[in-house]
Amino acid sequence: MPVDLADLKSGRLAPAEYERNFADAHPPLNRTQALIEAERCYYCYAAPCQTACPTGIDIPAFIQRVAQDNVRGAAEAILTANPLGGMCARVCPTEVLCEQACVRNTNESKPVEIGLLQRFAVEGHFANPGAKPLFERAQPTGQRIAVVGAGPAGLAAAHGLAWRGHDVVLFDAAPKLGGLNEYGLATYKVAGDFAQQEIAWLLSIGGITPKLNCRLGRDITLDGLLSEYDAVFLGLGLGGVNALGIAEPELPGLRNAVDFIAELRQSEPQTVPVGRKVVVIGGGMTAVDAAVQSKLLGAEQVTMVYRRGIDGLSASTHEQHWAQTHGVTIRCWARPLAVEADGGVLRGMRFAATTLQDGKLVDTGEQFFIEADLVLRAIGQTYEAPAGTAIELQAGRIKTDADGQTSLARVWAGGDCRAGGRDLTVEAVEHGKRAAASIHAELMGVTHG
Amino acid sequence: MADLSTNFLGIKSPNPFWLASAPPTDKEINVRRAFEAGWGGVVWKTLGEDPPVVNVNGPRYATLWSQDRRVIGFNNIELISDRPLQVNLDEIRRVKRDFPDRAMVVSLMVPVNEQSWKSILAKVADTGADGVELNFGCPHGMSERGMGSAVGQVPEYIQQVTEWCKKHTRMPVIVKLTPNITDVRFPARAAHAGGADAVSLINTVNSIMGVDLDRMTMSPVTDGLGSHGGYCGQAVKPIALNMVAEIARDPATAGMPLSGIGGITTWRDAAEFIAMGCGTVQVCTAAMVYGFKIVQDMCSGLSNFMDEKGYASIEDFRGRAVPTVKNWNQLNLNHVEKAVIDQDSCIQCGRCHVVCEDTSHQAIFAMKDGKRHFEVNDAECVGCNLCVSICPVPGTISMRALQPGETDARTGRVIDGSYANWTTHPNNPMRQGCA
Repeated sequence: MPVDLADLKSGRLAPAEYERNFADAHPPLNRTQALIEAERCYYCYAAPCQTACPTGIDIPAFIQRVAQDNVRGAAEAILTANPLGGMCARVCPTEVLCEQACVRNTNESKPVEIGLLQRFAVEGHFANPGAKPLFERAQPTGQRIAVVGAGPAGLAAAHGLAWRGHDVVLFDAAPKLGGLNEYGLATYKVAGDFAQQEIAWLLSIGGITPKLNCRLGRDITLDGLLSEYDAVFLGLGLGGVNALGIAEPELPGLRNAVDFIAELRQSEPQTVPVGRKVVVIGGGMTAVDAAVQSKLLGAEQVTMVYRRGIDGLSASTHEQHWAQTHGVTIRCWARPLAVEADGGVLRGMRFAATTLQDGKLVDTGEQFFIEADLVLRAIGQTYEAPAGTAIELQAGRIKTDADGQTSLARVWAGGDCRAGGRDLTVEAVEHGKRAAASIHAELMGVTHG
Repeated sequence: MADLSTNFLGIKSPNPFWLASAPPTDKEINVRRAFEAGWGGVVWKTLGEDPPVVNVNGPRYATLWSQDRRVIGFNNIELISDRPLQVNLDEIRRVKRDFPDRAMVVSLMVPVNEQSWKSILAKVADTGADGVELNFGCPHGMSERGMGSAVGQVPEYIQQVTEWCKKHTRMPVIVKLTPNITDVRFPARAAHAGGADAVSLINTVNSIMGVDLDRMTMSPVTDGLGSHGGYCGQAVKPIALNMVAEIARDPATAGMPLSGIGGITTWRDAAEFIAMGCGTVQVCTAAMVYGFKIVQDMCSGLSNFMDEKGYASIEDFRGRAVPTVKNWNQLNLNHVEKAVIDQDSCIQCGRCHVVCEDTSHQAIFAMKDGKRHFEVNDAECVGCNLCVSICPVPGTISMRALQPGETDARTGRVIDGSYANWTTHPNNPMRQGCA
């Protein structure tokens, strides 16, 4: 029986529209703009922005260097603290991190544009790196370390380890390095193939050997790695997608937001099918990325549905506004009840209205239906322990100490797979960075602080 | 409404704002535009003997910027007027005829011989100009030819030329002084001794604006070579104000009319020079940065200030601040101030803390109850004003004078309201009464 896919199709827009829609969301500062903005920095003592940065970038120093026209020095200040400072500049929710802490907010409600300045510095350096590399590897230690997962945590760990003279083999299940940087971010956030550009810079330090299409639990095992390597870092990310908790029939129009986002990153946008009417279930950054990109692919009506109130959305206010200004409707206080299909074709979703009663989320008894040709699940992801590993978990993710050491000797973990974070790229980088220092200290028998 | 008009040496102008002798007063077209915009007077750009000088056709100006590319310092290597003398004289005559209520002073620079000065003075007088200003200040180019600051740096020359001018003209004679000397009182005294009706100051300060680090040349250059220029703009105002004050409080020159020049950019700058004794002020850089319209904002501000303070005329507050300028040894060492940080407007940048910690007296706490919080430690504060000076938020840090009866937490001394200065201080081996 032919499946009616009339309203789930690609190529809804003219080619020029795709180009415009998926171009850089926040164009970079030019030199003049950067100098003007950099001069706004007060060069605070023990700067609140630096404290607010999970990787502790010396923000006043890098901005002062931008103001003094020393882009290399600025990039050095950033990348020393955060080797993925370029990606973080583009994707960090700066409005809840460094820029929220900026003292300029007090009188002006307009912080220094730290994120844009950071992007200016890092990309300026990448474009004009000079003859001498920013970082040089220490003398070889002879230690070999397996880093599993080449997302932000794994990349940061690999860089930190290689810089200290260790040899790193960087495994990833995907055909490309980058993890969420390559597969999990909206296309307009990483215009210009920036993820791969940054990885090329990161690998240029030397001593990092990538092994792609290599999945832990399938192609390699933790025991095998432990016998072959001196230490292992796990930056596995979150492999599972939360189910809606209702019957989810196999339908072409019902899919995971992360798969939709990854498909967009790995193909030309005009080839990615989208519905005329789209519903995204969830309230996080993934939901926003999926909803906005649906709109940019030509969907006429896109609704994000979230089961609690607007304050509960994990997408920042900035992200919410981004969605709303792109025509996405954010509908709160509703939970999915049923996927409705007709002859194998998705027709929409039925929702139950919710409310808080004595602190508990309950149904109000009202129901409503939203038509949809495409429904994207974005209600969170879960850690999937690879077969053959027996690491202690905490709330479903890998339990570690502050340095990332797991319950298993010689095994560290970081990034989203590690328990107790906010699932931010910048936090994953910090995990990898700290784990690298911890692994180094452990292997070299030095005390680390 | 306050009366902004001035009568300086008998030269009347509707407001105290004159354009200084400089590029803005080089030609009729500029001066007409200036008068139309509201300037009270001009000092016409310096006339010399024919044949006229020649300027470089490369960069004549360069700037020092603050944040947001605001010009705070300005450098020029222009010489005196590079147009034939008669052209200038004809233009001066026409403009003065059309703007009889404005001050028309003509700046002059000719070689140091009596005949040269006598000759040019007669020509200027014939234009109907109100007065002359002797350019003894130009520090670049002309000084190499024995004129400008080369005269201004030798008090005997100043006196001699001033005497010639007073002898050969009935026009008021203003002597413009160079700051490129060690003690401005000596040239001022020389001008006074020569019979000058007034001095105007300061001319520009010798300056090199920078070095081009790619070409390894000084900057700016003309075809690879440069020459020092004259520095002006806001950055020189404190230097100018000090020199004005030195002359105003020098018994040898006290009461001699002063025309203040040097970085005057706002009505407030002008009011400060007037309070320091100046009867008129001269402006150049502000006009070269913003255009002539700026004079309207200066007049508006000065007028509102005077109304608010109850000053009916410029003379009502002229010189009021002069008696407060003293030698350091007259300052009251029993007076104690402490910095106070207004917690409501503090934005917590912490700069006061770190600069006090690093470079001063470790007198600002950075934390309170485990939280970021900046507060003065009176037990260490010496009242130096550094924190006030560097705080980015106006009014957030202020100085408070301890009142009689209060105890200075730093020294344990009770303030008694008495006055005692260095001349009587026990630590002063030269103190009065000391054997």
